[in-house]
This record gives sequence, C-alpha cells and structure tokens, in this order.
Amino acid sequence: MNYLQIITGIFVGIASGYLGSFMVLRRMALVGDALSHVALPGLALALLFNINPFIGAFAALFVGIVIVWFIENRTHLPTESLIGLFFTFSLAVGILITPRAELLEALFGDISKIAVMDAILAVVLSVLIMVVMRAISKKFTLSTLSTDLASSVGINVSRLNFIFLIMVAVIVALGIKAVGTLLTGALVIIPAISARNITSSLGAYTVGSAIFGLLSLLGGIFISSYFNLAPGPIIVLTSSVIFLVSFVLSNKNS
Amino acid sequence: MQEENVLEVQNLSVEFNGGLILDNLNFSVRRGEVLAIVGPNGAGKTVLFRSLLDLIPYSGEIDWKPGIRIGYVPQKLSIEHNFPLTVREFLEIKSAAGVRYSHHDIFQALESVGIKTGTDEKHHLEHHILNRPLGKLSGGELQRILIAWSMIGKPDVLLFDEPTAGIDAGGEETIYQLLHKLQMSATLTILMISHDLNIVYKYTDNVLCLNKKMLAFGRPKTILSQEGLASLYGGETEIIRHDHGYN
Repeated sequence: MNYLQIITGIFVGIASGYLGSFMVLRRMALVGDALSHVALPGLALALLFNINPFIGAFAALFVGIVIVWFIENRTHLPTESLIGLFFTFSLAVGILITPRAELLEALFGDISKIAVMDAILAVVLSVLIMVVMRAISKKFTLSTLSTDLASSVGINVSRLNFIFLIMVAVIVALGIKAVGTLLTGALVIIPAISARNITSSLGAYTVGSAIFGLLSLLGGIFISSYFNLAPGPIIVLTSSVIFLVSFVLSNKNS
Repeated sequence: MQEENVLEVQNLSVEFNGGLILDNLNFSVRRGEVLAIVGPNGAGKTVLFRSLLDLIPYSGEIDWKPGIRIGYVPQKLSIEHNFPLTVREFLEIKSAAGVRYSHHDIFQALESVGIKTGTDEKHHLEHHILNRPLGKLSGGELQRILIAWSMIGKPDVLLFDEPTAGIDAGGEETIYQLLHKLQMSATLTILMISHDLNIVYKYTDNVLCLNKKMLAFGRPKTILSQEGLASLYGGETEIIRHDHGYN
C-alpha cells in the first residue's frame, strides 16, 4: 500500500461521491455505468498506441457524451434504449481490441498501480470537479426540479446539462483507474443513495455522499491491501456495506 | 405602448413541428388586472405562457412594459417524496440565477402568501415550514410555497398556470383565499390559466378564451355564458352551480 493510491483514493472518492449525488438527483444513475463501458475502446486504443490511457478513455467518453447530449436535447429518440445499445456495443469492441495483458486491469482497475503523474492528474481534476459542481449546484438542482422554473429565471438549461456531462465524463475516466470500466458506475451511485437514506436537505445529502464516497475508496483500499485482494471489487463491496448500514439506520428512524 | 398597459400582444403565433399551436393572438393587459385564460386541453394555454416568458420561439410581437419583473408559477412540479431539498433551500435557490435575494426578500414573499415570519412564529416557521423537505409537503402547501417563490423579489406580474390543479378540496379553499389576498394588492397584475370557472367568475376582470385562436375576450359574466362555453369547449354544455360556501 502506498501514499499515491491513498491520496488518489481520497480525492476521487470525494469527487465521485459529490458529483454522483447530483447524478442520482437527476436520475442519471445508470449513465455513469453506461459511460464507463463506452470508455473501453478509447482506453484500448490508447494502450495500443502507447498514449496515456486516461486520455484515450476521456476522448472516447467525450464522444459518448456528445452523442448522449445530442440524442437527449436535439432528437426525440428513446434515450434509454439507444444508450443501452451504444454502451454494450462499445464494451464489446473494447474487449476485442484491448491487449490481453491489460484487459483485466482495464476492466477492473488497480489503484495500487497508480503512477505519480496519474495521481497528480486525478487530484487536480477531482478538485476542479468539486469547485465547478459547487458553483453550479443551485442552478443544477433548480433545473432538475423544473426546467420551466429554471428557464424562467434565465438559466440556460441545455448549456448547464452539457457542462455537467463533461464533468461526468471526467469523473468516470478517473474512476476507471480506481475500479475499472465495469464497476465505475458504482462510485457515483452507491454513496449517493446511501446518503439519501439518511438525509433530507440538499446540503447534508451532497456532503454525505462525498463522505461516503471517501469512506468507500479508503476502506476498500485498506481492506484489499490487508487481505491482498483486488482493490476494485473490494471498494464496491465496501460502499455496498455502507449502503446497508444507512438503510438500516433509515428504517430505524421511520 | 399605452401608459396603463403592462403587456401588449400582437399577431402572436407559435408553430411546432409544422403545426400551428397559437394562431394570431391579439390582446393587452392593464396594470393591476386579473386576466384568466381558459380553454380545453391542448388549446395552447401553457404554450402562451411560454412564449410570454420568451422560453420558446414565436412570431408576432410581445411587448412587456420595460423593466417589468415577472413571476411564474408553473403547472406541475412533480417532486419525489424523498427529494433531498428543504423548503428553505428551495427558497434560497432563486438566488442562483444572478439576482441575490436576501433573507428579507424571502420573508416578505412568505408573508405575502400568508406565512407568518415574525419572532412569535419563529419556531413554527423553522420546524413546520423551512426545515421540511419539499417532497413531503401536501399539494396545497407546495402550491403556496411555489407562489411564495414566484413572489420573491416582488414581481409586478404573476403568471399562474392552473392554480388549483391537483389540490384536494380543503387545499383549494386556501388557494382561493390566497388569490383573493394577492388580487387585493392592486399593483400586482395576474395572468391565470384556469379550468376552474368558479375562480374565473369570482376573481378575474377579464377572460381570454383560447383554443389555438382567440375565441373571445371580455368580462367573465358576458364571456362565460352557455353559448360561449359551447363554442369554446365544443359540444353540449350545461352550467351547474355548486355552492362551496364562500361569499
């Protein structure tokens, strides 16, 4: 266990928990999951051409985001099913072209192998996400509640959606390093729904989600390191346990 | 623009997907007036509001008095039961889009909808209103808060889309009373989409009958006759008077 993975885990955990809280609010919980699959071909191509995999992943994600945004805001096509088609297709292509040796890590991640540059990048981007999301949080929540109300006070809803999707792409790309393409969805969903069980104000919910994200990452890293298991799945299981606890607590109160 | 008008609409048409939703509307609204917009479902009433708010493209002219502040209470705010947002946070969220509203602005808006904010009422205000999750309010309570929201910043004009839709009978009465209170403040101009002919009779100065085209414009008593309603909604109509017990 090294300091790089702990620092990365802290920042990525907080950022994905925080951003995830807004994704769940917007009922975009599964978008994170779908997008992480879309990243795989990009990741694979980056590995083949010896480019930083993060860049490849983010490029593929960016294309994915633009396509999703386009489908949602410019057409009346059924988003849900098209995204389903799109991400399974991408996953299949990705699995085919990813070099065998790297496939397992691409799919399931390995945060213990993170390099210095990647860790710095992860920290910087995480902080950026937290700052930007905080700045747009009120506008975003209002437009989640009612696009009519938001537009009526001058909020540019479709531009806001685009900025948000870019941040989702970034957080997914970061998450892939930690837990791989198959499980990244969990990082933006589980801490948020855990927080939702025990909070009822926006402030508490978003902060709670960030904290749970942090605990999931850290807890997962420590436990997997101690028992010498793959970090990715253990991180997801840790956050699931946190969810279970929050669920029990919420039932006790009601 | 004429001195006493807050809004003048000329040749307003809205097209969508090749079809005409609004067809050549012409009307004006005076300051302090309460105008009802009635018509069957799909007549374009909400679309009219959207064009007045400049949210959708339209042809023709919509002239608001310069510097006018407009408040909007949309028709449906469907909110999940466990949506994590308190009433306080919702009221504060209006400051998101540029104008910063103070506590005082918010409290003033609450008072205007009959929610007391004095020191005696502080406990009740905090625990039973401000700290409550928005999703846990009843239909009537939510409507009242939405109206308060729209009143933050003291708008000159309120656009109300279906004030009593989805509210139970008990809640309806309080909304009527609230509308009456708002109407009494003479500087507020209200445009109100309503299916509820009861409110229209009682509270409005003028009625605009809309079914894509503007079928009629005038005082409630003259417009809402049996023949008027028949031509607006189509088919046979019968007027049955209910006595809800208000005077």
